[in-house]
Amino acid sequence: MIIAIPAEEKSLDSVISVNFGRSPYYCIYDTEKEQSTFVENKAVERSGGAGVEAAQNLVDRKIDALVTFRLGDHAAKVLTTAKIKVLKAVNLSIADNIAKVLDHSLEELNEVHPGGINKG
Amino acid sequence: MKIAVLSGKGGTGKTLVSVNLAAVAEKGGYFDCDVEEPNGHLFLKPSDIEEEEVTSLKPVVDMDKCDGCRVCVDACVYKALAYIPGELMIFDEICHACGLCTHLCPRQALTETKRVIGTIRRGRRGSLSVHTGTMHIGESTGVPIIKELLKKLDDDLSIIDSPPGSGCLVLETIAHADYCILVAEPTIFGAQNLALVHELTQVMNKPAGVLLNKVEDGINPSELYAKEKTLKILGSLPYDSYVALENSNAELLVERSEKYRTFFLELLKEVVDEATLAAQR
Repeated sequence: MIIAIPAEEKSLDSVISVNFGRSPYYCIYDTEKEQSTFVENKAVERSGGAGVEAAQNLVDRKIDALVTFRLGDHAAKVLTTAKIKVLKAVNLSIADNIAKVLDHSLEELNEVHPGGINKG
Repeated sequence: MKIAVLSGKGGTGKTLVSVNLAAVAEKGGYFDCDVEEPNGHLFLKPSDIEEEEVTSLKPVVDMDKCDGCRVCVDACVYKALAYIPGELMIFDEICHACGLCTHLCPRQALTETKRVIGTIRRGRRGSLSVHTGTMHIGESTGVPIIKELLKKLDDDLSIIDSPPGSGCLVLETIAHADYCILVAEPTIFGAQNLALVHELTQVMNKPAGVLLNKVEDGINPSELYAKEKTLKILGSLPYDSYVALENSNAELLVERSEKYRTFFLELLKEVVDEATLAAQR
């Protein structure tokens, strides 16, 4: 399984970014290879549509699950259409959140906020 | 003569100035371009209102023709498109109707259809026509509404009530203006916002003057800015609880107070004179 997590810094010890679409990095973790990579989020500087672009980029990386605090409805629609599971992050490091995905202790994220600028 | 009333921030008194100028003129047109929250009609109370819908184009996909090449997704400046294998997703509220995706699609899988993004109401108050644009909630841009609204500009006299700020909507609003009134508050923040709209009027080559509002004793940073830039000061309205009360009851100052009626008559004359002078330069 491949997991994506919005990251403030390029480190497994980093905190999760509170924003999905405007997170500076994403941690992409492959549970079979036990490998993590950090990718820059090119959508971060967009004046609009950042959530859609970020979601598209993660879909293209063929992720199976996203762990995040919050998500806009446009990005949510892209991810759910691509059948990607969205889990609610807990306020711990990225490594701790990965561990919680593996022992199935994260809940699904059921609420999304309206997408677009200044509406979240 | 087309006069736009603008300010770098909200709540400085654009609508207060616009509706009272329009009411005192008793002719021409008042155009409320603050499409996110138009409220000039509350003061001018127009009758005989005719309503029209404003539409914008949106792309629609035929998935039988789409082969998933993603040219449209990559080209979209606003990121209003996403492609999930087997499905092209289009987000109408993000789309700015530029038409690029439809133009570029190598398989002609995209076509444009109309969708309603707002309404325009045109009514009358005696010899004054009152025009109001309203954008539907959630839409990304009101530019098409302002374009449509200003098609009926009155060349004799139009008072154009601008949205706050110095973005796309304001650009569209002042595009046809002969003169801009910049309404400014007596604070440092007010002066900074005044500088932003002043720069915009310079970029767009529009003559402009400042109306100082909510003026109290003491230093007025907006007045200092105007003097430093040799920007014409058209007038000065005091910080007056009477104005706030009448305004909050949607009353027109020019109908309630002889003092303010005189003020706005003089302001109108001053603005028309300034605009006439500017046109001759």
